Amino acid sequence: MKKMLLASTALAFAASMAVADEVKMGVLLGFTGPIESITPHMADGAEMAFREVSESGLFLGGSTITPVRADSTCVDSSAAQAAAERMISSDGVVAIMGADCSGVTMAVLQNVAMSAGIPMISPSATSPAFTTTESNGLFFRTSPSDARQGEILAGIVMERGFSEVALTYTNNDYGAGFANAFEESFLGMGGTITSKVAHEEARGDYSAEVGQLASAGGDALVILGYVDGGGSMLRTAYELGAFENFFIGDGMYGDEMISAVGEALEGTIGTIPWAEGEGADRFHEMAQEAGVQGQSSYTRESYDAAALLALAAQAAGEATPAGIAANILNVANAPGEEILPGELARGLEILANGGEVNYVGATNVELVGPGEAAGSYREYVVEGGEYVTVQFH
Amino acid sequence: MEPLNALVSVSNFMLIPALAYGSQLALGALGITLIFSILRFAHFAHGDTMALGTAAVIGGTWFLQARGISIDPLPTALLAIPFGILVLAAYLLAADRLVYRYYRKVKAKPMIFVMASLGVMFVTNGITRLFMGVGETRFEDGGRFLFTVREFRDWTGLTEGMALRSAQAVTIVTALVVMVVLFWFLNRTRAGKSMRAYSDNEDLALLSGINPERVVRITWVITAILLVLAGTLYGLDKGFRPFNYFQLLLPMFAAAILGGLGSPIGAIVGAYVVAFAEMGITFAWRRVFSYLAPEGMEPSAMMQLLPVDYKFAVTFAILVIVLLFRPTGIFKGKVL
Repeated sequence: MKKMLLASTALAFAASMAVADEVKMGVLLGFTGPIESITPHMADGAEMAFREVSESGLFLGGSTITPVRADSTCVDSSAAQAAAERMISSDGVVAIMGADCSGVTMAVLQNVAMSAGIPMISPSATSPAFTTTESNGLFFRTSPSDARQGEILAGIVMERGFSEVALTYTNNDYGAGFANAFEESFLGMGGTITSKVAHEEARGDYSAEVGQLASAGGDALVILGYVDGGGSMLRTAYELGAFENFFIGDGMYGDEMISAVGEALEGTIGTIPWAEGEGADRFHEMAQEAGVQGQSSYTRESYDAAALLALAAQAAGEATPAGIAANILNVANAPGEEILPGELARGLEILANGGEVNYVGATNVELVGPGEAAGSYREYVVEGGEYVTVQFH
Repeated sequence: MEPLNALVSVSNFMLIPALAYGSQLALGALGITLIFSILRFAHFAHGDTMALGTAAVIGGTWFLQARGISIDPLPTALLAIPFGILVLAAYLLAADRLVYRYYRKVKAKPMIFVMASLGVMFVTNGITRLFMGVGETRFEDGGRFLFTVREFRDWTGLTEGMALRSAQAVTIVTALVVMVVLFWFLNRTRAGKSMRAYSDNEDLALLSGINPERVVRITWVITAILLVLAGTLYGLDKGFRPFNYFQLLLPMFAAAILGGLGSPIGAIVGAYVVAFAEMGITFAWRRVFSYLAPEGMEPSAMMQLLPVDYKFAVTFAILVIVLLFRPTGIFKGKVL
């Protein structure tokens, strides 16, 4: 027994010696809850970037990055805060890649990250509220605000000749923020919103909500929600014959949606933050090689968020929260050498030699305002059970 | 004035969904009423045992589907119902043997039974989630519609359409058949009569040679049949998600209490009242009234008494009002 204790102590000591220059970064995503179908791919995307940095051997003189995963649940703020708290105080992460859904991200930012001084880059918190929230320079996002998506979606709806629409959204920060942005732009373009109804997730029956929207009328139904509730709303509305034309937001994009809703989805038009170009193609190739689902929602944004954290630490010359927070904008924007996915080693080398980089990444990263992506959007239509790109905005 | 369009619209968005929902509630509420009148306690595990029974049916459905057995256009789940009933009856009889029988022997107060059933509820709840997970499972197959909104419009030429899903039709028909059979059983068969006698006066029933344990066993088996039917029909109609089954507890109890606990006919009437109240009070009547109102006087407001979010509040209000003003319910319950 004594021998074993001794051995394990020695082992633990050796292990701690070996990881003396190990930098920990948090990956805080909703591995359970309404978006659990896309978060594993997002985490894979982020960890792909961390691995690339670690394997280059150039990060802060040969340090490695160890990702620490925790569950944000997407909906339960207290659980997300506890997870972030644990990451920071017991795992000792220097920065967080996350969180995902806007509500929990805001809670973690204001109640945990800001008091601990830990920078966060969210790949998918798209609520317009973050644009105006003071974060002491600690919050960034690689996804654009829904204010912009609302504007673009409103333009698409209008362009297709629907000036009178009914609107439903999932009852949380994401849904409400998106709905307000859409409403504002749509009314500004001279459109009419006949009725605006919130829906809850995980209900058995949505015929009452659909009944209310149908009663108000309209040429099309705009649904801003998730696959679960939003998908059920769409199917119910189609089956009850309440609406024929549907428009959806980014939260409902995914293969699950097609299998869950089926033929009702045919002809549905929607938007999702998307990037095209060399960076996106390169990322897709890398993802395929690594066995990561690169086409899944926000996987690119997750990779970029993780890459930015590593590059910022390199630019600061030290993996400290303050150093990372101060350098994120520097590495994300011009001037500097353009860095694409798979070129992180080159970026690290330039920064180590005192040069400057302009991280382009998988999503053409350009952080504007308080540090959020300017964003480009893909307009898609569902045809024959597939998402078909119409154009980019 | 287009009364036909108004009727079609209100049927499509409210009457048909409410009728199906009411039928599902009625089957559940009948079980609550039966247990209350024979075993004399409020069975809190009702919603979760319903979920367990449905889970068994879903398992059976998958088994049948894997072997290519189906009764198209009807859902395969209907074939798996006997299996579900077998599993749930065994489960309920085991629960009775392990939990409730002891309390019957020591003549525990009804409140203790209720708490025991709460414990059974948590256990059942866990077992269901262990097998099925917490997410939604859809197990409907076969033809989804008897007729769709578009087909209906083409036939009738009306501006409004109406859809009838096969799950809804099956629900309404099955519920009717089950109710008739249950009443026949209670009024015409020996076992049914002995159940009524036992619920009317336990001591007299014992004196006339009725075996109480047998009556209890029959009650559990009938409850299992009702629960599996209600749960399967609800799941076919709205998808299976354990938490939603748990939430059905409130409307089912509201229905049973509204009708008068212990009165089967009351449970049925109560269930439909609850269903139509939930749907009707939160329904936006504008579209319907715009067909009924004279030209130029169409309503511009939504004409909705309560927002949709308050569906459960309606049930709760019914429960409180009944308990305050007529605790015995519409049909003066207590005995079968």
